[in-house]
Amino acid sequence: MRNKLAALFCAVAGLLVVSAPVFAHHGYAAYDTDKQVALKGTVTRFVWSNPHCMVQMDVSDESGHVAHWIAETENPSAMIRVGWTDKSLKPGDQITLTALPVKSGAPVGRIIEITLANGQKLPGRINPANQVKPDDSPKP
Amino acid sequence: MRKHFVVPGLVLAALIFSPPLRSQTTKPRSPDPTEPGLDGWGRPITPLPKDHKSAPAPRHDISGIWDAGDTSGIQPLGAGAFPDDGKPEHQPPYTPLGLEMLKLTKPSNGTRSVLPGDNNDPVFTFGDPQGFPREDLYELRSTQVLQRPENVVILYQFAKVWRVIWTDGRELPKDPEPRWYGYSVGKWVDDYTLVVETIGTDERTWLDRAGRPHSADLRVEERFHRADHDHLELSVTIDDPKMYTKPWVALDKFVMDLQPSSFDVREMIWSPSEYNEYNKLMGNTATDKESH
Repeated sequence: MRNKLAALFCAVAGLLVVSAPVFAHHGYAAYDTDKQVALKGTVTRFVWSNPHCMVQMDVSDESGHVAHWIAETENPSAMIRVGWTDKSLKPGDQITLTALPVKSGAPVGRIIEITLANGQKLPGRINPANQVKPDDSPKP
Repeated sequence: MRKHFVVPGLVLAALIFSPPLRSQTTKPRSPDPTEPGLDGWGRPITPLPKDHKSAPAPRHDISGIWDAGDTSGIQPLGAGAFPDDGKPEHQPPYTPLGLEMLKLTKPSNGTRSVLPGDNNDPVFTFGDPQGFPREDLYELRSTQVLQRPENVVILYQFAKVWRVIWTDGRELPKDPEPRWYGYSVGKWVDDYTLVVETIGTDERTWLDRAGRPHSADLRVEERFHRADHDHLELSVTIDDPKMYTKPWVALDKFVMDLQPSSFDVREMIWSPSEYNEYNKLMGNTATDKESH
């Protein structure tokens, strides 16, 4: 099943699924923090707002099927400190996006990094220090 | 209704007089010279140079724009000195009632984090104010302090709210009507340290992002210590005998750097319409495969 899923991802979107210990900062209970996905596609919407900025993008496979992805990062106040602005992305931009995928399998992710067509990188601000998995602790 | 908590007993009351529990000390740090960023007007933030030597602190003065730099003011796992990271030393000293109340909170971060749809954080689910002391213990971003003879006013970036700390010698009110940000009085205990006592906070608020509870009897002490001209240290002690067996230091000498007076604090408001949009796009889709 896992192989099938990986094959489907690759076929659909040139998607790369790798095991890697990466971490999220905010509301990551829904995310699979042991995986990354890499997506190449076209931005359809960039939401520069609180509580989190979001990027929507279309990712096409070789057969023409289009998957509609959405990925989030932190809020504008945080992102502006690492080089993002409200004009960082616009519909039509071609980007490569790496993200933590959600566990449910929905086309939703938490941005690790975006690479623009000109090579500029926009970091997604994932801080390992803030990563705690829900089952890590002795419950009080 | 707000008085429905049961006092655990004289034993706990006695415990509040024992020394506050300290988990870890936030070491004073140097400004990060590599920190990038823009202020609210899009003007570059100029960090202090690495070899910068600060002038001595002025007497009885904490006014200015203070910023912890990058994300260090954000405490996503709960109070900075007591993050909910699973380490036993970071567990606040709960009373049995405190533990019971803790179980009712469903945070979206920390070791007890739940999926977005199950989260009951009042800030995220209802758009409630963070309130106090969560303003210090979760989204402590750029903070502007205005000082007048009779009070100190703190303007917070997050949600664009303010607090008034009365320094005119008045006493805290007896049995006050609860408020989101409570009632605060401050006193200079030495030339560089303002100690602020706050009571009367609304018990619907959480202490922090990790969902630590408090009762209407919460008493918070803030110590604003101006270490030198360019650095302000903030410590926050939680004293709530209904919920905790002894006072605990939730934030310990947390360092903020003085910004130029021309620094424009960026607006940061989680408006209900933006939050609804976020939940529509992210909140459901993250957990429901069919909804997107």
